[in-house]
Amino acid sequence: MSHSHDRTISVEALARVEGEGAMHVEVADGRVEQVQLRIYEPPRFFEAMLRGRSYLEPPDITARICGICPVAYQLSAINAIESLCRVGTPGGIALPDGIRQLRRLLYCGEWIESHVLHIFLLHAPDFLGYQGAIEMAADHRDLVETALRLRKAGNQLLEVIGGRAIHPINVRVGGFHRAPTRAELEAMVPELQWGRDAAIEAARLVAGFTFPELDQGHTFASLRPELDRLPPGATGYPIEDGRLVTTTGLDIGIEEWPEHFHEEHVAHSTALHGRMTGGGTYLVGPAARFNLNADRLPAAIAELAEEVGCAEAVTNPFRSIVVRAIETAYAFDEALRLVEAYERPEEPAVPVEPVAGTGHGATEAPRGVLYHRYTLDDDGLITDAVIVPPTSQNQPAIEEDLLDFVQAHLELDDDALQWQCEQAIRNYDPCISCSTHFLDLTVRRR
Amino acid sequence: MPEGIGRPTVAVWKFASCDGCQLSLLSAEDELLTIAGEIDIAYFLEATREVKDGPYDVSLVEGSITTPADAERIRHIRDISTTLITIGACATAGGIQALRNFGDVEDFRSLVYARPEYVDTLADSTAIAEHVPVDLELRGCPIETSQLVEVINAILAGRKPVTPTHSVCVECKLRGNLCVAVAHGTPCLGPVTQAGCNARCPSFDRGCYGCFGPAESPNTASLASWLEDRFALDHPELVRLFRTFNADAPAFRGESRRHEPEEVAT
Repeated sequence: MSHSHDRTISVEALARVEGEGAMHVEVADGRVEQVQLRIYEPPRFFEAMLRGRSYLEPPDITARICGICPVAYQLSAINAIESLCRVGTPGGIALPDGIRQLRRLLYCGEWIESHVLHIFLLHAPDFLGYQGAIEMAADHRDLVETALRLRKAGNQLLEVIGGRAIHPINVRVGGFHRAPTRAELEAMVPELQWGRDAAIEAARLVAGFTFPELDQGHTFASLRPELDRLPPGATGYPIEDGRLVTTTGLDIGIEEWPEHFHEEHVAHSTALHGRMTGGGTYLVGPAARFNLNADRLPAAIAELAEEVGCAEAVTNPFRSIVVRAIETAYAFDEALRLVEAYERPEEPAVPVEPVAGTGHGATEAPRGVLYHRYTLDDDGLITDAVIVPPTSQNQPAIEEDLLDFVQAHLELDDDALQWQCEQAIRNYDPCISCSTHFLDLTVRRR
Repeated sequence: MPEGIGRPTVAVWKFASCDGCQLSLLSAEDELLTIAGEIDIAYFLEATREVKDGPYDVSLVEGSITTPADAERIRHIRDISTTLITIGACATAGGIQALRNFGDVEDFRSLVYARPEYVDTLADSTAIAEHVPVDLELRGCPIETSQLVEVINAILAGRKPVTPTHSVCVECKLRGNLCVAVAHGTPCLGPVTQAGCNARCPSFDRGCYGCFGPAESPNTASLASWLEDRFALDHPELVRLFRTFNADAPAFRGESRRHEPEEVAT
């Protein structure tokens, strides 16, 4: 069976991904004829539901797209609306440093909980040969306990600043409902210090995993903050702000997104695919951020990256787990810096009046760039909304990886090949719940 | 509830949702490994590839029914589950995606998809209980991890879980919160919303926005007229206030309908 020239591999329900999807691979005459990544996550029509809602509502409504990265949705929505309503823009309403610090700190919490969930509970079992984290805990209880404690530290940031770990309640257009005191943040410092050290150890651990070879020469895209807009002490690794840059030399403001990126409705598919206009497929996410912004890491984290074998750009997607661990260590490090720098704003939010027009916003969700666009009427009601989640952008590249990976590993038996294909899909930590329009997908190549 | 069963088999199912409620189980960081030792996790795709065949003692169901295939699937899950527990606003009330129930799903479909004929969807997003009998509902958008742990404890002990049905107002009083509506003039759904979150929003100087859906016997009409008179909320604002994550829960649905313009109301 294992060396047969005609074979079919079907995985009816992919495990350890967020959301529901299936995979189907067909091989004929020793050539991979077809790779299907079939996503049966039912559509929820967020962009349509947003029409007629107030400009103040997208942070609460779009958070519900994803239970793993709600802060990403909240802050991308806020960036879009605030840029339109002249908050934090040149000549507009200034955002106090304290509000900017709290937003980044909140986002660090989300990176930590999401990255740790993926590294240890969803992806590490593949490398260590377990069906899942609970089975893994039988032999590696310390590892799973460390993971749960790391995740709890991230969730604690979300609780203290956001008021709730999943779907934070304290985030609003203009700032927050209530700004935490310095003392409330400082109470987390010992656990954040432990977390930074534990994450550094975790990076060393995952760097020792065995990584299958794969390098597709993908184009990478990520945000990159403008140095002259950084607050003092910040090194500018992209999280909640920045211009959009690519490894092919693109460097644009977020308002120029529609001219450079589009979503295609492919034949035989209801999925919308993210494409770079005239430039084909591209990847967003931890590897993209790292490859385009390694110079923006503080010295200690840059040294860690070098130590764990990431001195150069990371182009093998199987090594993305190492970058996720480096970013986790960075998120703890950055959280400690932000707590130290925090100045409680006099008011938790600035007043924001609606402005008619179209606003664009993007942030770095744990899985990559998340773009929002809203058009408001004179009353501040939404007349049009566009949301482009990271997994939609990555999907074409995931398929390219799968096709080549299967072709190169046809010698494996079906069970092994299936598991490695699943592992390859999990390299991108795909969030299918997020992908608001990411449905039946069929790829045929002959 | 299964009584005193030794090590119950538990399955976790997902329908239209954000994954947040099943993530609440993984977010029980302090209890997770202990829980995993007491129950047999037989089907939980978000956590493990290992799948054990049913039937199952307990099924936890996240998400709402929005496709013909899912309407079939939930009937099958009911058939193979001794106890079926719905978790979260999507499963108990249709979720945020039930906003489509107030519009025309065809408009929604063609707004988002260039080839709407390929998108298989039902006109409405509905709660699990509209399709099959449900043994217990856990409210919230998302559910509270502590309530989920309480339910698992209760199952293991063969007792009834303690999940309050009074309003968020009671939780504010218990926490000693200043009333955000009376003291700050902030519109708040606390008087008509079910407890369970420990009054998270008022504790952050924000009005309750109804994540947990209607409390037992809510007087939404009284609250709405108060919000109208005292805080000068207009009808479109009242519609939006009641029409979010539990928009299709009967009490909230009825109240938001009352404030719709005449020609749109159905």
